[in-house]
Amino acid sequence: MEKTVKPQRNNKVTRYNKWGYIFLIPFFVVFVIFQLIPLVSTIYNSFFENYRSGLQQIGPNFVGLGNYQKLLTGGDFFKYFGNTMIMWILGFVPQIVISLVLAYWFTDPSLRLKGQRFFKTVIYMPNLIMAAAFAMLFFTLFADTGPINSMLQQVGIWSKPYSFMSHVGSVRGMVAFMNCLMWFGNTTILLMAGMMGIDTSLFEAAEVDGATAHQIFWKVTLPLLRPILVYVMITSLIGGLQMFDVPQILTNGTGDPVRSSMTLIMWLNKHLYNYNYGMGGALSVILLVVTAVLSFAVFRFSASSEVDN
Amino acid sequence: MKKEKVTTATQIRRVIAYIVLVIITILCLFWFYILFINSTRSHAELTKGFTLLPSSFIAKNLGNVLLHGTLPIARGMLNSLLISASSAILTTYFSAMTAFAIHAYRFRGRKAIFTFILAIMMIPTQVTSLGFVRLMTSMNLMDNFIPLIVPSIAAPVVFFYMKQSMDATLPASLMEAARIDGASEVRIFNTIVIPLMKPAIAVQAIFAFVSTWNNYFLPALILHKDYMKTLPILIAQLRAADFLKFDMGQVYATIAFSIFPVIVVYLLLSKYIVGGTTAGAVKG
Repeated sequence: MEKTVKPQRNNKVTRYNKWGYIFLIPFFVVFVIFQLIPLVSTIYNSFFENYRSGLQQIGPNFVGLGNYQKLLTGGDFFKYFGNTMIMWILGFVPQIVISLVLAYWFTDPSLRLKGQRFFKTVIYMPNLIMAAAFAMLFFTLFADTGPINSMLQQVGIWSKPYSFMSHVGSVRGMVAFMNCLMWFGNTTILLMAGMMGIDTSLFEAAEVDGATAHQIFWKVTLPLLRPILVYVMITSLIGGLQMFDVPQILTNGTGDPVRSSMTLIMWLNKHLYNYNYGMGGALSVILLVVTAVLSFAVFRFSASSEVDN
Repeated sequence: MKKEKVTTATQIRRVIAYIVLVIITILCLFWFYILFINSTRSHAELTKGFTLLPSSFIAKNLGNVLLHGTLPIARGMLNSLLISASSAILTTYFSAMTAFAIHAYRFRGRKAIFTFILAIMMIPTQVTSLGFVRLMTSMNLMDNFIPLIVPSIAAPVVFFYMKQSMDATLPASLMEAARIDGASEVRIFNTIVIPLMKPAIAVQAIFAFVSTWNNYFLPALILHKDYMKTLPILIAQLRAADFLKFDMGQVYATIAFSIFPVIVVYLLLSKYIVGGTTAGAVKG
């Protein structure tokens, strides 16, 4: 199409269009310095043995894929990957269920819920809270001498304080609960957009055919929402792999009890603080590859059609 | 007859919906309510147990944190504010500029560049942080705000949002008219495009501000001197300190300082935020 237009106003158009490149300069200069060079450097570092043992500096010595081998056979990687996934699933399942139900209610015209603005404002709010402060708040509230314990004792549910921070289940549960609370509002808004995009005549047709609200949800709404559900799940998984702030602050970086809430990024953070650049680099590259594969799936689902505009 | 039945069923569903919504609302607000109550109480009151009513020590707690606290909270707030505001301005202005380049001009490689920017959208900052910290060390930019502010110029997610909103609001005819009037391209961008993009810029500025305000991972790696630290780093320091030695009133007041400003801003601007869906952003 452009070819037919070009010859008529060739001079003018090319003169203007060089501004396309000029306006792209800031983005690409900053991208190259602050993202591309660090990325290349991270990958480069992953091939070298380079760490500190006490006061002694080991390396940098080229070890090829040695760091990757050490990382994947050490056992810790899969333990922390497992922790990350368990806490993600514990948070994601209730999140998607609650979000689906809420989005369905908010968009159901026959319900005509009042105060929607208020409820949407409230459920979205935790998304903007500083995760670090939120985790610190939970740590304080659930401390042995904290208000939750004292409240439960005052009511008489238990006589001795329950030590939330020293049980695997309660620490993981708290992390999952915080993640769920911080993200279900966002997911609800996304799913609502998806539901409002469904042609209402489909619902009307189903209703005329005598389908119940229950049937309409399972047989009409849910199948049509599949693309956006997949999008929500994969983006949440990408975010879940990056889980850091909440467990880091809640457990003071230890991932205790017995490192059961240590996530992959917390481990990466530890390597960075200990100047273990080889292992840190290898871990970064693995995370990058996993994220890239997942992002490619999201890209195919959502953004690829945009490029054609 | 049939109609009557349908409305009863709907009535019941409506009641259930309201009950669930109220429970969820309580679950969302409960934590912040306790935070508010406890930041108004003195250490002695806090050790006695929990109440649902506020006390009168809020001014004292806040004063203690700001003036006599062991952590430089006031300075931390100022640092957080400075970094967040600068990031919000840079990211919206330059993302609009990048989006404008792709939206308004037809140049060779345009499609490839667009695809490329979308493809790098999801590279997490964490996986490049190792190289980033090493590079900043060698550039002598540790304990400096530049590594936390300038990178926001290249923000693919903000770019994507701007591009979409330009497709909807910026007709090519407007630029033609401006060119006939003799305006330069830079002038067109600054005096026509930016004002037209105000709603999109406002939404993205809020999001950028909040996410920078909350950011912990990278600032913690870059900022080590006490007077350079941002609020999340100070919160982490509070967590690492020996908890029982602290005045609990101050602990709550410190957390309140990090959380409540954002809540207040959010309540004032929620109209723009809840609608501004975060297309392409990474979730949790």
